[in-house]
Amino acid sequence: MPISITTPLTREKVRNLKSGDSCLISGVIYTARDAAHKRLCELVAQGKELPLDVKDSIIYFVGPTPARPGEAIGSAGPTTSYRMDAYSPILIAEGQTGMIGKGKRSPEVIAAMKEHGAVYFGAIGGCGALLSNCIKKAEVIAYDDLGAEAIRRLEVENFPVIVIIDSEGNNLYETGRAAYLAQNK
Amino acid sequence: MRTISAEKVTEVVRRLCINANCHLPQDVKDRIESFHDAEKWPQAKEILERIMENYQMADEGDRPICQDTGLACVFVKIGQEVHVEGNLAEAIHEGVRQGYTDGYLRKSVVRDPLDRVNTGDNTPAMIYYDIVPGDKLEITVAPKGAGSENMSQIRMLKPSDGLQGVKDFILWAVENAGPNPCPPIVVGVGVGGTFDKAAFLAKKALTRDLNEHNPDPFWADLEKEMLEKINELGIGPQGLGGLTTALAVNIEQMPTHIAALPVAININCHVARHEKEVL
Repeated sequence: MPISITTPLTREKVRNLKSGDSCLISGVIYTARDAAHKRLCELVAQGKELPLDVKDSIIYFVGPTPARPGEAIGSAGPTTSYRMDAYSPILIAEGQTGMIGKGKRSPEVIAAMKEHGAVYFGAIGGCGALLSNCIKKAEVIAYDDLGAEAIRRLEVENFPVIVIIDSEGNNLYETGRAAYLAQNK
Repeated sequence: MRTISAEKVTEVVRRLCINANCHLPQDVKDRIESFHDAEKWPQAKEILERIMENYQMADEGDRPICQDTGLACVFVKIGQEVHVEGNLAEAIHEGVRQGYTDGYLRKSVVRDPLDRVNTGDNTPAMIYYDIVPGDKLEITVAPKGAGSENMSQIRMLKPSDGLQGVKDFILWAVENAGPNPCPPIVVGVGVGGTFDKAAFLAKKALTRDLNEHNPDPFWADLEKEMLEKINELGIGPQGLGGLTTALAVNIEQMPTHIAALPVAININCHVARHEKEVL
């Protein structure tokens, strides 16, 4: 049975999540990808206020397609996470506790996750049409000039993810594949 | 001489951009479904089910299969007997502009690789021209996402590296990519030519029907062998383990220099989009 998670994602909730857990996220999450991360980290470096409250937040690495009239959002699946590796440790240190994306993360990101208590969720890449059904509301809250890369506040219901890397550094990309290969010998 | 108007080209490119992004080709669907039937690892099977559900939903609602609606790669085969009235390149860009705007597709192009300002309409298209005999104009639109494009590789092997070198490089590229390009993937391989021709062949290989093999039996056998070897890696759908790492390996080869063995590997995700129309 999937674990239901309601935002905000506190450090206590993070500690209970284990690599391999299927989860359904409900509540508010934020979108940001390459360009928005760059700007957020520049603000952190200058000691300025961020346009979102990162404490106990989940950031979804996504740039959706435009919404059609009457729809909350277009297709909205995850983008590859490693491009955010240079930025994630900075935001985790600021209080971010969750990331949704797909693909590998750097040792620096995993170290920051272990140090501060954060979790890396995977959503199924290439399933943007399906995932958009779980997004009930979307509103641009910063960097409108970036188009698809703007920061959006999303209200999600039962958004399906799998814990890839937990706050102890256990990594499903390693263990899942090893388990498959072991039984397939 | 046969005359085709630039307006007609725009209209076709517009339609191909929208259709390619919302409707996965049947050959790709068939591959995903047969791997789903063969896949025994529960998590992998479930992911393939979600992938099938996703493209069905895209089909029914005319929605983009993936939010990365890509760079618009446009392959143009133009017959020598065809006269295009107007500006062909501009007609293609206009088709992309209209398709990506009217189809609610994502605008994913920046005007300069370093200043990174979005062009706002997904232009320019990436156009590949091929001049051939005849009076037909064939246009293929293959939207290409960057997640898989970024995992592509090129290497100038030595002739002494031979067949084994080519095989090792293909496996290394897939292993190195791991979960990043949204497996199950389609692997396009270009062997021979020059540095740039090999890369072009690898990209062109991705537009080939997944049920068709290289016409040369040697290369067709290599495609089959590499697909098997890749699917022994255990990376699996989304990199979480399983049989289905790749749906197909398409290889294109051409003559090369006595001192050269260029090999390029262009990776595509399971949203292996391509849509063709002949005018």
